[in-house]
This record gives sequence, structure tokens and C-alpha cells, in this order.
Amino acid sequence: MQHYDVIVVGGGHAGCEAAAAGARIGMRVALVSRSAGDIGMLSCNPAIGGLGKGHLIREIDAFDGLIGRVGDAAALQFRLLNRSKGPAVQGPRAQVDRRRYRAAMASAIAAEANIVVVAAEVTGLTTSGRNVTGVETTVGRLRAAAVVVTTGTFLAATLHHGRATSHGGRVGEAPATALATAIAALGLPRGRFKTGTPPRLDGRTIDWGSLDLQFGDADPTTLSDAAVAASPPHLACGMTRTTAASHAIVRAHLADTPTYGGDVVGRGPRYCPSLEDKVVRFGDRDGHNIFLEPEGFDDATIYPNGISTALPPPVQAALVATIPGLERASIVQPGYAVEYDYVDPRALTPALMVRGRPGLFLAGQINGTTGYEEAAGQGLIAGINAARFAGGDEPIHLDRATSYLGVMIDDLTTLGVSEPYRMFTSRAEFRLSLRIDNAGERLTPRGIDAGVVGRDRAARFAAAQAKRDAVRTLLGTLAATPAAVARGGVAVNQDGVVRSAGDWLAHPAVDWTIASRVWPELAAVDPATAAVVAVDARYGVYLARQAGEIAAFRADEALRLADGIAFDRIPGVSPEMAERLDAARPAMFGAAVRVAGVTPGALTSLLAHARRAA
Amino acid sequence: MRAPIGDGSPYGVASPAAPERPTPTIYALATGAPPAAIAIVRVSGPRAIAALRALTAGDLPAARRMTRVRLVEPTTHDPLDDALAVVFPAPASVTGDDLVELHLHGGVAVVDGVLAALGGLGLTAAGPGAFTRRAFDNGKVDLGQVEAFGDLVAAETGTQRRAALSRTGSRLAERVAAWRAALIGVRSDVEATLDFADEDHVAPDLTPSDRVILSALLVELASARADADRAGRLRDGIVVAITGPVNAGKSTLLNALARRDAAMVSPLPGTTRDTIEVRVVLAGVPVTLIDTAGLRESDDALEVEGIRRGRARAASADLVIAMGSEPAVPSAIWVEGKSDLGPCGAGWRDGALHLSAMTGDGVEMLERELIARVGSLTSGEAPLVAHRWQAAAIVDAVVAIESAIGAGDAVVAAEELRVATHSLARLVGRVSSDDILDGIFARFCIGK
Ligand SMILES: Cc1cc2nc3c(=O)[nH]c(=O)nc-3n(C[C@H](O)[C@H](O)[C@H](O)COP(=O)(O)OP(=O)(O)OC[C@H]3O[C@@H](n4cnc5c(N)ncnc54)[C@H](O)[C@@H]3O)c2cc1C
Repeated sequence: MQHYDVIVVGGGHAGCEAAAAGARIGMRVALVSRSAGDIGMLSCNPAIGGLGKGHLIREIDAFDGLIGRVGDAAALQFRLLNRSKGPAVQGPRAQVDRRRYRAAMASAIAAEANIVVVAAEVTGLTTSGRNVTGVETTVGRLRAAAVVVTTGTFLAATLHHGRATSHGGRVGEAPATALATAIAALGLPRGRFKTGTPPRLDGRTIDWGSLDLQFGDADPTTLSDAAVAASPPHLACGMTRTTAASHAIVRAHLADTPTYGGDVVGRGPRYCPSLEDKVVRFGDRDGHNIFLEPEGFDDATIYPNGISTALPPPVQAALVATIPGLERASIVQPGYAVEYDYVDPRALTPALMVRGRPGLFLAGQINGTTGYEEAAGQGLIAGINAARFAGGDEPIHLDRATSYLGVMIDDLTTLGVSEPYRMFTSRAEFRLSLRIDNAGERLTPRGIDAGVVGRDRAARFAAAQAKRDAVRTLLGTLAATPAAVARGGVAVNQDGVVRSAGDWLAHPAVDWTIASRVWPELAAVDPATAAVVAVDARYGVYLARQAGEIAAFRADEALRLADGIAFDRIPGVSPEMAERLDAARPAMFGAAVRVAGVTPGALTSLLAHARRAA
Repeated sequence: MRAPIGDGSPYGVASPAAPERPTPTIYALATGAPPAAIAIVRVSGPRAIAALRALTAGDLPAARRMTRVRLVEPTTHDPLDDALAVVFPAPASVTGDDLVELHLHGGVAVVDGVLAALGGLGLTAAGPGAFTRRAFDNGKVDLGQVEAFGDLVAAETGTQRRAALSRTGSRLAERVAAWRAALIGVRSDVEATLDFADEDHVAPDLTPSDRVILSALLVELASARADADRAGRLRDGIVVAITGPVNAGKSTLLNALARRDAAMVSPLPGTTRDTIEVRVVLAGVPVTLIDTAGLRESDDALEVEGIRRGRARAASADLVIAMGSEPAVPSAIWVEGKSDLGPCGAGWRDGALHLSAMTGDGVEMLERELIARVGSLTSGEAPLVAHRWQAAAIVDAVVAIESAIGAGDAVVAAEELRVATHSLARLVGRVSSDDILDGIFARFCIGK
């Protein structure tokens, strides 16, 4: 029998990130997936990042994770979303070449000497008492101190093409039936979700000449902040829209779809709806946007983003023909829906370990999320904590004030999910402090402490931090009168008050270019450093106020609630409130505050209890 | 009782917490001290119904129906009283617990006997505010309502009672819910521009209709804010300072208004060393009249301190009666107090009310003027909010909404609107904040 420190089940986005994090920490990791070809597979659209998601990527990157670097290596165009909005909500996104992505991920995994890739299906978990100590696979038993399960949409999965159903976790791949049984046997609370994917088109049959094209940014913002700006690759996406004729077809065939025909019980993502859902829910719209995304440099396949559907394949062909530019397009692979089991993430601790099952960690879509970035982020944290568990260390805990990763994990483990969970910037209450430009500053020191950041990144971080510190000091010492600033070319209120450069940068009209005219020494500051420092100055007032809120928040967060706490035995907590708290099992008082429907009265009693216990 | 490994570790494998005391069942005499015609004893908590069963030796009335019961001592079966009992099963009771009300004959021995029997059953005698606290714990009332109950119990005058009563209902909660809904609607628009920028049909930063909604909200919040001042005056009363130079007749006037000898009145300058306060009720509102130390220069340390305090009190008063010279504050009532020494008698002349505090001539006119002023300071629709923490929450929301309107940057607007939502939630105590909760219960537990 083989012994490892950590076993990771599943070679998807969560699995790769978990395995790599464990390996960077120095653990011996077995990455078990059904086929070596699973590694780096993009099940759905050929794009990484976006709003909220781009933030997750930069945070994973700050821990020296893979997804940003691999995405950059495979990119065929970069776009910074929300360019016109404030820097706090800008997110990088890349269209990627599906094959290159897979190859880059495979070589990133292969480059980790501590990872052994095992091609096998995991069929069960081995336990000793309540501890999970390894896995059963089709090639034998493997033992480890910690097991991270990242099986995505594969648990008890059913595929739907129209009303035809088959067993499968992804088209052409069998579901994880034995493992689903093993997980069920642990008594974990489960639910059922569904998701879907659009038909793939043959790009050679699309009338590109009639379509608008969308190119990437000329001056690209990469996914990883480590990427050297090479000359950006450019493949354009096409843009088109559904028509009234498309909607008529969908309406006529609603009963032939798994969801409206009644085959699917699982809930789908509200934010990434199928075309069926769009037509039913937004019946008044005359069209919905479609982005035609190339799947690769030397691959003619096109991913039509926006028309995820599980209509019967012949109807999909008729539907596609109603879309401008696609009249003669042929379908390479029809769209389908997949329905799968997820584990209620409230069964997990903030370390992503199953409560009461020492050694068993879950990450990715199995926890009710959707999206590569969400999966990768959980994989990173589960991988770090599995490694720390194996090494006998305390888990790392990222709270909501540190990161989108912290927001996601807190949302999942305290609130649970009622639909597939996707990241949005609006989920983060401390959004102004959680930006892509300061992800490294927020998180890399944590990563260095955890031993998950490689030497190169640590050195680069130290150098960048030194520069930021120097410029911040400089901004505090440089000062100017309104008259001097006006000579820099902006209209400012002539109140005669001398202000520091930092204070002037908070003025909406004073940007770095203006500031460099007023104080020529600022012109020499490199753009990356200037960007972070200028944004901090610009949001200074808000950041200061948030700092106060964060302090209050941390005081609540610091009050830990014992894991076995009997809420129904705390005086002042009614049975109904105790039930709500029990379902969420908040790990700290601050999390209890966020549980929906818990009354202030119950919280006061809980607060008193937590203080007494502290 | 150790878990196999990782016991107590932050990975979440800890032994169960030590057993906790379950929610106690509380009881108290709800009416005034016996003897009285009737006395009502309330019992609330998980064992309330069992306690009634023990007291009736098994008989239980139907829910929510007042029923005649024979009460006995549970162990000796000695008769205690021939009483009426009502059972309100949880959660449809004021406290949200099982609640029993016993309507007893109000004799000392009867009441003592029943209370002793309840204590003998192991129930807990309720402390001040305990029933309201249970209602709050069970989510039956919000913090604003808790405060209003407190005010209601403390109300001394009819006007105060009406003001407090109007807040014990869910009027504020309903208004806040509506404000929050409006705010959340605007926030979803703003958030949509931030999170779905590249998708279909998104509005620009703060649409014109969002601006209209926010402006309307500001108007409502401003009026609620003004309510808080008004309600504060109603609850705590109005402070009227009598100011003026030494020997203008301030103390004499105070006495005339109070119709009692509150201040030592003497013709010597400087007798009133400190402020003297008298409480009277005008138009149903408690009014505190303050006689400030005379305003003059002095070397006497004690007197200097008196003058300083007098000035401070006058500065924070709701209304000023300025004696002896035309007041600096236009809203002050200018009174000349020695009309008995002049030829024209009492009456309004050139903006001043001439009266004689000594003879009482014209004091009626001053009282009428005061009643009118007090009325306009406190009247209007029943106030929605009454406490400083509520007013502060409204001000925070107003400032945040104003900043959002002027932000010109969707991210900043969103941040301000988030703060505004938070502030409104604070208004009904929906968001747990130590300060609010601690502050309120500290105040509430004193006498209610
Ligand atoms: C049809 C479809 C449509 C989707 N649509 C969208 C969308 O529109 N928007 C969006 O954001 N996201 C979408 N996704 C989701 C996105 O692909 C996932 O969220 C993300 O890939 C999840 O990553 P993961 O690591 O959790 O799981 P996956 O990437 O699914 O990886 C799971 C891996 O585990 C392996 N595995 C499973 N069981 C076993 C076993 N017993 N033994 C060994 N190996 C096993 C699998 O072979 C697979 O390699 C879609 C996914 C699918 C399948």
C-alpha cells in the first residue's frame, strides 16, 4: 500500500490547485484522477477570470497558485473588465486556448516533484474511527493523513440531452457512483444542482463577415501579476444575439427540455441561466447577447457563450440557424445539462474540513459552487489546510476582511447554498480594500508564513513591498499648496491649505500624471507601484472608515464558538433560533451574526455566552 | 469523553460544550402591590403550563380562554384561591414563550401564597425587564419597541404615554422595512452595473429614477430625525432657562411659575449661587424651569462656578426666558419682571412681556405663552423614533445617502449605500452591534 501525506481526488481546477499547494508546502501528494488527461480540463467555457472571479485568481496567485500563470500561458486574448469603473471592481479575464491550457496545467503539475499523478477511479474512503485515512481506488488502496475530495459534477451525476438521460459527470465520462455511495455513507447532508453547457460550433461554418468582433486589450492586464507582458496574443470573439425566432423555438420545445419537462430537480445557477430559463424569465426581451469564443489557436471549435441549453439536439440545430451569422453553422457537440449531488458546505469548517471527520477536506463544485475560479480558490485553501493537518499545524483561516477567498468560504460554510454559488464583487462588504492591485500585499505574507509561496515569488514580493513602502513615505513628506497643484493643470479649490501628496491624490481631479507634474520625483515611480499607492490614496477616507468596521468585525470574529456548542441550552436562545444556528454551525460569533433570521435577542444571549466562555 | 484525535482543535473536532442551563421559567406579580381588588401573576417559559397544572392539581383551561380555576398548593393541596387563569401557548404570546396569567383575589396572603408556590416549583422570580427581554429574545419585538415599552412604563403624563404607545407597535419596523427595501432596490441597480458590466441591459451608475428614490428617502429620514428631537423633549421634558442680570427678578418669577418656594428669594444680589430647578407640567409635557445664577462678574469662586454652570445650562435649554434686557437669541421670550414699579401695568409692549412676578400680575400671560411654545416644540404626528442612538443611525444614513448621490463613482456610491443600509438596520436593532445592545439593556434593566 502506498503512503502519502495528502491524497487529492479529482484532477480538475480544485484538485490541481490543492495538490500543487500541498506539494509547495513540502508534502508528498498523490493526485488521483480517472485519467491523466483530466488534468487542466475546462469543462465549460474557454475563459478564465472576470468580475469577482478575476479577484479570486489574483488571490490564488498571491499564494503562488497555478490558475493565473497557466491561464496566462494559454491566453488568446486579455480583457480587463470594468475598465471604466473604479479600480476596486476591475477584474482581469482571459480567453484561453483549451489545449494549451491543459498542456500548461499538466506541465505545472509535472514540475512539482512532490506530486505523483495516479490514474484511477476512487471508489471509497478508508477510515479509522472517525478519521479519514485514505482512499480505495481501482488500482488499490492509498493511505494518507489527509484526503481532499474535488470531484466536481461527478457525484451521482446524470446528463440530459433533451428528455434523454444518461449517467455521466461530463459528456463521455462516467459518474462517480461508488464514491457517491461512500460519501453518502458518511452521512453528509447533500443536495442536487444542475448546470449546463452550450452546443459547440464549427467556426468554419460561421459567417464572420456579418458579425461584430471584440478584440482584447492592447495593453493587457494578465491574470497573474507575475506574467511578463509579452506581445499579447490576439484572437477576436464574435458577437451576435438571439432573435424572436430563436425564442419561439425554445418556447415551442420547452416541454422537451429536462428542466421544464420535469426530469431535473436540481436548481441551476441564476446568474448563468440556460437559454430556456432566459426565455421563460425574461420573456419581454427581444434578444440575448451571444459571444462566440474561439476554443484555440489551431482549433476551429467555437463556444457560443450565452446559449447554454439542453434542448434535444435536432432542436438545437434549428435554434442555432435562427441566430444572425450562424444560419449555416454546424454543431460539433450538442449542449447538455448535468445534474449532480453536492455536499451542503455548512458541514465544513472554515478550514474546508468536514466537521467531525478529521482528515477529510472537500473543495470545488462538490461544495455547491460553480466556476473554475471558485473551485481553484477552494482547492488552494483545502490543499494548504490538508497539508497543515498532515504536518500537525493549525489551519489557516482567511476572514471576510482579508479576501474574496475568505468571503467565499465564510458564505459557503455559514450560509450554505441555495443555488450554485458564484463570486461577485458585491458579496464582499470590504470591497474597496479587496482589489486585484493589492492582492499580494494582502495575502502573500500569509502565504509565506504558511510555506506555500516559492522562493521566487517571495523575493519578488519583498522587493515590490519595499518600493510601495518607500513611495508611501514619500507621499507623506511631499506637500503642496492649492496654487502649486493648479499649476500642474487642474482646477482645485484655492483654500490656501498645504496638503500632503497623499491627501492631494484623494482629490478626484488629481491623478498620478498630475501629481508627477507637481512633484517631478513621482514620475520615476514604476506604474505597478504607482497604481496601488494611488488607489489607496484615492479611497483613503473610505479605507479608513472600513478599517474601523474591520476592527469591529474582527472583534466579533475573535469570539470563537466551541464546535460542539449546544445552542438550545443557551438561556435566551429559543428553540427556533437554536435550530437555525445549528444548521449553520457558525465557528465564531461574527459568523452567527450573518446567519439569516437569527434575532438580535438570540445574538445578545449568544454574545454573552461567548464572552463568558472566552 | 475525548474525540479520537484533534480534540479541541480549530479544525473543528472539539468535545461537546459543557451542559448549559436551559431557559428558565420566570414568574412575577404583574400588578401593583397588594392588597387590591385583583392581582395578576404572570408565568412565562417552558414550564409555565406544567406549573399551572401543578397549581390546579391537573386541570388545564383551553388555550386563550379565561377560565375559572381552583388553585391549590402543589404538595399539600391546601386551597390558595378561587381564580381565573388564561393560557397562551408559545409562540402566540407576548413573550413568545408559553405564558400563563393568573387573575387572583388581590389579598396579601393570596398573592404571597401563589408566588411562594411558584417558587416552590423551582421557577425563577423575574427581575426587572425580564418579560420584555424574553419577548425580545424570541424576536417578538425589536429594540425600538423595547425602548418604547420602557418609555411607556415610565410615562408620567398623558402626552408622554401617547407618544410611547405609538412606538410600541411595529410602525417603525414597517417604515424601516420600506426604507430598506427602497435602498436595496437602488443598491441592486448599482451593483448590477458593477458585477454585470459586460452583460445585457445594465443601467448606468445611479439612474435618474434611483436618484428620485434616494431624494424621497432623504425627505422621510429628515422628518424622522426631527421626530427624535421632539420625542426626546416629550420623554425627558423641556428645559426652560430663566436668564438675566443679577436681581432682574428671576427667582421671583420662577416661584411665581412654580407657585411654590423653590428658590430662596431675597433682594440681595447674588443669593442664587447655583442653578435652581423646578419641574412643572405644561400642556401635558414635563417642563423643567431653571433659574440660572445671575449673570455678572464676580471674584467669589463659588459664584463664578455657579455662573459658568448657569450659562452652560441656559445654552442647552430648549427655551429661554430672558429677563431685564432684550435677549440675544431671537427665539427667547423677553420678560420685564417689575411692572409693579412702573406706570403701565402688565402686558406685551415692544416685544417684551411686562409682568410683576411679585404681585403675579401678567404671570398668567407668560404661562399661556409657554404653553404655546411647548406645544409647538412637541406637537405633531406621534414620533417614530425617540432615542439618541436611533437619531444617530438616521443621521448616518442621511450622510451616506447624500454622499452616494454626490459620489460620481459607482463603487463609492455602492459603498455609501451599503453604509446607509447598515445604519437603517441599526435603527430597529436588526444588526447586532454590541454598543446598541449593551447600551439598551443596561438602561432597560434598571426598572423595567
Ligand atoms: C456541463 C458543465 C457546464 C458547466 N457550466 C458552467 C458555467 O456555465 N459557468 C461556470 O462558471 N461553470 C460551469 N461549469 C462548472 C465548472 O466547469 C466547474 O465549476 C469547475 O470545473 C469545477 O471544478 P472542480 O475542480 O470542482 O471539478 P471538475 O473540474 O469537474 O473536476 C473534477 C475531476 O474529478 C475527477 N473525478 C470525479 N470523480 C472521480 C473519482 N471517483 N475518482 C477519480 N477522479 C474523479 C473528474 O474526472 C474530474 O477530472 C460547468 C461544468 C460542466 C460539467
